[in-house]
Amino acid sequence: MTATHLEPAGTQVRQPILQARNLVKTFGRVVGLDGVSLDLYPGEVLAIIGDNGAGKSTLIKCLTGAEIPDTGELMVSGQPVHFKRPQDARAHGIETVYQNLAVSPALDVASNLFLGREERRAGLLGSVFRMLDTKGMRTKAKQELTRLGISTLQDVTVPVENLSGGQRQAVAVARAAAFGSKVVVLDEPTAALGVRESNQVLQLVRDLRDRGLPVILISHNMPHVFDVADRIHIQRLGKCAATITPQSHTMTDAVAIMTGAATA
Amino acid sequence: MTQQQIAGPPSAESADLAEEFLDRQTPLSRIRNILHRYPAVSPALVLLISVVVFGLLNDRFLRVENLSLITQQVSVVGTLAIAQTLIILTAGIDLSVGAVMILSSMVMAQLAVNSGLPAPIALLAGLVVGLAAGALNGFLVTRFRLPPFIVTLGTLNIFIALTLLYSNGATVRGSAMPDLLTWTGTTFPVGPVRISTGVVVMLLLYIAIAFILGKTAWGRHVYAVGDDKEAARLAGIAVNKVLMSVYLAAGAVLAVGAWIQIGRTNAASPNAGVDLNLDSITAVVIGGTSLFGGRGSVWGTLLGALIVGVFRNGLSLAGLDVLYQTLAVGVLIILAVSIDQWIRKVKS
Repeated sequence: MTATHLEPAGTQVRQPILQARNLVKTFGRVVGLDGVSLDLYPGEVLAIIGDNGAGKSTLIKCLTGAEIPDTGELMVSGQPVHFKRPQDARAHGIETVYQNLAVSPALDVASNLFLGREERRAGLLGSVFRMLDTKGMRTKAKQELTRLGISTLQDVTVPVENLSGGQRQAVAVARAAAFGSKVVVLDEPTAALGVRESNQVLQLVRDLRDRGLPVILISHNMPHVFDVADRIHIQRLGKCAATITPQSHTMTDAVAIMTGAATA
Repeated sequence: MTQQQIAGPPSAESADLAEEFLDRQTPLSRIRNILHRYPAVSPALVLLISVVVFGLLNDRFLRVENLSLITQQVSVVGTLAIAQTLIILTAGIDLSVGAVMILSSMVMAQLAVNSGLPAPIALLAGLVVGLAAGALNGFLVTRFRLPPFIVTLGTLNIFIALTLLYSNGATVRGSAMPDLLTWTGTTFPVGPVRISTGVVVMLLLYIAIAFILGKTAWGRHVYAVGDDKEAARLAGIAVNKVLMSVYLAAGAVLAVGAWIQIGRTNAASPNAGVDLNLDSITAVVIGGTSLFGGRGSVWGTLLGALIVGVFRNGLSLAGLDVLYQTLAVGVLIILAVSIDQWIRKVKS
């Protein structure tokens, strides 16, 4: 096994949606990222694993605009981009679901999907009285949920706090995946969930992939990673130790690479 | 025993949901869910029951003149409570509402009477005072990240001192003021009953704020910020901007409250409204708005203000000492907050 930058079969001609080249990020004398490169192709689930302090979070923060890399390049659909804020990444269609679930518990599902990008009514009611198009947003929310194949959320008027953990995660994922986003980044989406709810979320990830939306998945849970990932990017000591596939390596191999007991 | 047996014979589709919500199928928890979804239901019930009870205790209570009197007695606190609701929805609290209102009313009265400015200008100056006070509170809360409780405890004292310094402790009588300033104290007949203009102004404010909170993006952002500040920020909401605008809006509402206060008492007194701060919080809390933010409505607050008014009026008509009114209000507050805590357990 020599391929440290393995590409999915048959995708050599395809253009990566998101590319990172030689990202370096230091915090004082601590090196968070030491020249990391990454390619995300359309319609794949790329998992990022690594021990604590391996640079997973820093890598994700650089990809989503939460941190600015010291050097290195980022490209979206081949075009160089520079993210200074999370909003910049969002404007390029990169949506992140944070570990602590950025949903407002007392607001209903539709309001959460449209939070921060509410739509107003047409005509004077919207322009002068700034009135929200509640009905329209609910209809669109339902359409988006159907399009994304999220079946666990039947009623978009239910407050999010009345939902189970898996359903809440589905709301957060739906918000990230809805409305024309290009890349969805999920940070430990199954960390706080039970077995059944984890499976719901993993199915959701597969559904998103099958609809052509690439997903970056950060997780500590090896079975989950090997369950849904097409490729696995292993971070070790600020560098990409290897990029493997669930077919080419076993979980034991992956853990060995992660901890430095083996090389790819 | 499987879970599905407990939930009853489910259809294939509802089986999953029944399992999710299995732990709240008792009648009591169903009531809790309704109260959770419609927080104004419980104050509405309390108001209805108390009106019926006081009506049975004393037949003078339900006369239209008495009901009209209650609304007038409620108009000032009811207006302050609108501002208080806005702040509490963001998980804050404003101890300075009464002080801001009194400062604003003194500026209105002094400018119109002692400085001889035209009444509309005096009213505008009062509005500016309200906005400036709101801006100060908002600035301290957003820029210095101080808890609203501490900020407004400080500004409460500052505004009281400013009021006394500015007015030299002197009351301005309504008879000396231009008509526009005391206009809110005038009444007009509707059938057999006289309605006060100040009450109408208060109700218009309620309608306006309820619309803004319920039907605009800004309103939704106010709830989101109070609910979970971090979640709101990650959703792309400019949290500090929302907070600042809430304090400014509250300041504007308080200036209107100052105008209503001048009409209601037919005077502008620097010593009025000492207990208005706590009364406004009482109305908000009894109205079902959560002190933890993100939950509640101004209609609940209106009901809360009316409940307090009805209790005070009804108990005094029943011939009870004023101390018992205060006692009853105290019990109401504790009951209201206990119910709020119980409702919030829906989170499971």
